[in-house]
Amino acid sequence: MAEARSGVQTLEPWNDPDAKPYIRIQNVSKKFGDFVAVNNVSLDIYQNELFCLLGGSGCGKSTLLRMLAGFENLTNGNIFIDGVDMVGIPPYDRPANMMFQSYALFPHMTVEGNIAFGLKQDRVPKTEINKRVKEMLDLVQLGPFAKRRPHQLSGGQRQRVALARALVKQPKVLLLDEPLGALDKKLREETQFELVNIQEGSGVTFIVVTHDQEEAMTLSTRIGVMDKGEIVQVGTPTEIYEYPDSRFVADFIGSVNMFEGRIIEDEADHVRIASDEAGCNLFIDHGLSTTPGAKVWVAVRPEKISLSREKPNGEENCTTGRVDEIAYLGNLSVYRVELESGKQMRVTMPNLVRDAAERITWDERVYATWQPSSGVVLTR
Amino acid sequence: MSRKAYLPLGERITKGAEPLSRVVWGLPPMRWFRIAAHRMGIQGRTGVIALPYLWLLLFFLVPFIFVLKISLAEAAIAMPPYSALIEWAEDTYLTVRVNVANFLFLIEDDLYWKAYLNSAKVALISTILCLLIGYPMAYGMARATSATRNVMLMLVILPFWTSFLLRVYAWIGILKNNGLINNILLSVGIIDEPIVMMQTNFAVYIGIVYSYLPFMILPLYANLERMDMTLLEAAADLGCRPTKAFFTITLPLSIPGIIAGSLLVFIPAVGEFVIPALLGGPDTLMIGRVLWDEFFANRDWPVASAVAIAVLLLLVIPIMFFQRSQMKEAS
Ligand SMILES: Nc1ncnc2c1ncn2[C@@H]1O[C@H](COP(=O)(O)OP(=O)(O)OP(=O)(O)O)[C@@H](O)[C@H]1O
Ligand SMILES: [Mg+2]
Repeated sequence: MAEARSGVQTLEPWNDPDAKPYIRIQNVSKKFGDFVAVNNVSLDIYQNELFCLLGGSGCGKSTLLRMLAGFENLTNGNIFIDGVDMVGIPPYDRPANMMFQSYALFPHMTVEGNIAFGLKQDRVPKTEINKRVKEMLDLVQLGPFAKRRPHQLSGGQRQRVALARALVKQPKVLLLDEPLGALDKKLREETQFELVNIQEGSGVTFIVVTHDQEEAMTLSTRIGVMDKGEIVQVGTPTEIYEYPDSRFVADFIGSVNMFEGRIIEDEADHVRIASDEAGCNLFIDHGLSTTPGAKVWVAVRPEKISLSREKPNGEENCTTGRVDEIAYLGNLSVYRVELESGKQMRVTMPNLVRDAAERITWDERVYATWQPSSGVVLTR
Repeated sequence: MSRKAYLPLGERITKGAEPLSRVVWGLPPMRWFRIAAHRMGIQGRTGVIALPYLWLLLFFLVPFIFVLKISLAEAAIAMPPYSALIEWAEDTYLTVRVNVANFLFLIEDDLYWKAYLNSAKVALISTILCLLIGYPMAYGMARATSATRNVMLMLVILPFWTSFLLRVYAWIGILKNNGLINNILLSVGIIDEPIVMMQTNFAVYIGIVYSYLPFMILPLYANLERMDMTLLEAAADLGCRPTKAFFTITLPLSIPGIIAGSLLVFIPAVGEFVIPALLGGPDTLMIGRVLWDEFFANRDWPVASAVAIAVLLLLVIPIMFFQRSQMKEAS
């Protein structure tokens, strides 16, 4: 995926101060009665992006998307699409099309009828409609199914009809609410690639809601992580994974070992943190601007830690414990190590040797080390 | 074959290897019954369906056969007032005498034709009126919040709690010359003379529409309430305005409800007797009334039965064709 995306990523309009955002969400809030479903969200999304909204169940992703589509009124804030203020504009006049989580295909119309529906509303001439519907059918490979009704299709085929129906109007923005939620793993992976291809081919800006972090990593140019109605971090998949800026994001994306500690030294080129939980001092190769004594957390990804039987050199970023559990996954193994502080640490190591006897095994005493550049210091 | 199958029954139960019900079904008499039923292709589901069928057979088909038998008999001054269909002639021959004269009579006398056509017309117009009034009501109910919805549902069902006859009589009180409407209009001074509403077709339509409206509303409501609201959101999202979305999405999807409600109104309205008798005038010719007259005034049971059979056929045959075409369309 990284290769496929690299062309787009080098553009990085979000790092360009002159770039004009295509969709501008400013201080948007939504209350249902007293309940705040979306809380003061501000977000800029650029043309041609495939932006993922990622978050747990009930965190307000769908609500935010529905506000973009015009199905929910804003309690507060503004939404601009292509420079036009969307407040008060009903869904049928917005330049955005939505693909619903439930697909919402019209059961009394054929596949063709469903796809043509949006064009008919715009009074597009009949020959033009036929041409564009046929193009869409080819794109989603549903040509032979054109005359079928939705209930005669499989889940994956319905999903593609829903996609075609939303795409055929060539909207400026396509909103997709858990587009792949109903598909099995294999079909899901295939369709993810298909989605990316379609997005790149059509040049439409996609906003995709998902609660599947792997999907978000595969699909998106950028990810917005949401928690309890708020956007907690926005960044490229790499940024979100390697440089989370809060414990929530570090924990939500992938698995992570989190050590609580206190700053004992904060210089321009390094920080040193004392952590009882880790059982050693933690050394990070970049400076922070915190006060010594401040409480911080250090996040270290399992794959960045290595285990050994012999004690390595150096005291920092080196702790010891007992192997509690091993899961052998073929290409790699996942170890659960109980540190002396009682904390469980998760380590993944590639299985470099074939001989099982050589590998670290249950109840062995091991040393765990990682590089000064591996840990991330989190202050919240 | 597992070893367990050879264990004695007692041991099997105490071991708790199988649920007790399974063990019981495995015992000889139950097993024979089960195997016999299975051979005949009867399974649990069929049994459940068979029960209402038996009920219909007993309380619909058997009386129908009686009526059919009487319709093929001859009127006679006797007790009961018709000739026997099957007779012993000279004590040795079993004779079956089928008399189709009653049916021929129905065709010859244009009174019956006119009554049939008029009944169908009244029923059709009433059905359309019920649909026009009932659809917005059902729609409003389906889209209301659940609290108001329950109240509205209650109000629709409430009239059933009093007798149907009583409610029709209440309409007499409302419509008659010195009734509620005329009294109000007179006292306000809008009219000088009472408007004659009783014993007109107008009163019959009022009565039928009023009485059968709930049968239109309830199936329509059930249909509209079940509708997936995201379909309307999808339509709006694709650029469809609400009014157009109603005609392209909501209305086509509610056709099963419209059909169910219309049948529930049309069928009983065709044979309606009480409402035209109480609210209609002498010129309101409906088949239900004709039937009543034949039966009680003329005491011609065979012709009355023939009228009843003809009504049934005229209703059932079109509905069967309709259902067949629906099934073809679905598959
Ligand atoms: N119409 C509504 N009335 C009241 N509360 C609502 C309404 N719609 C959503 N909510 C609440 O707002 C919160 C956010 O809902 P939303 O549907 O946006 O979640 P989500 O992030 O899409 O979750 P999921 O991943 O489960 O779809 C939820 O707690 C939900 O209960
Ligand atoms: Mg959702």
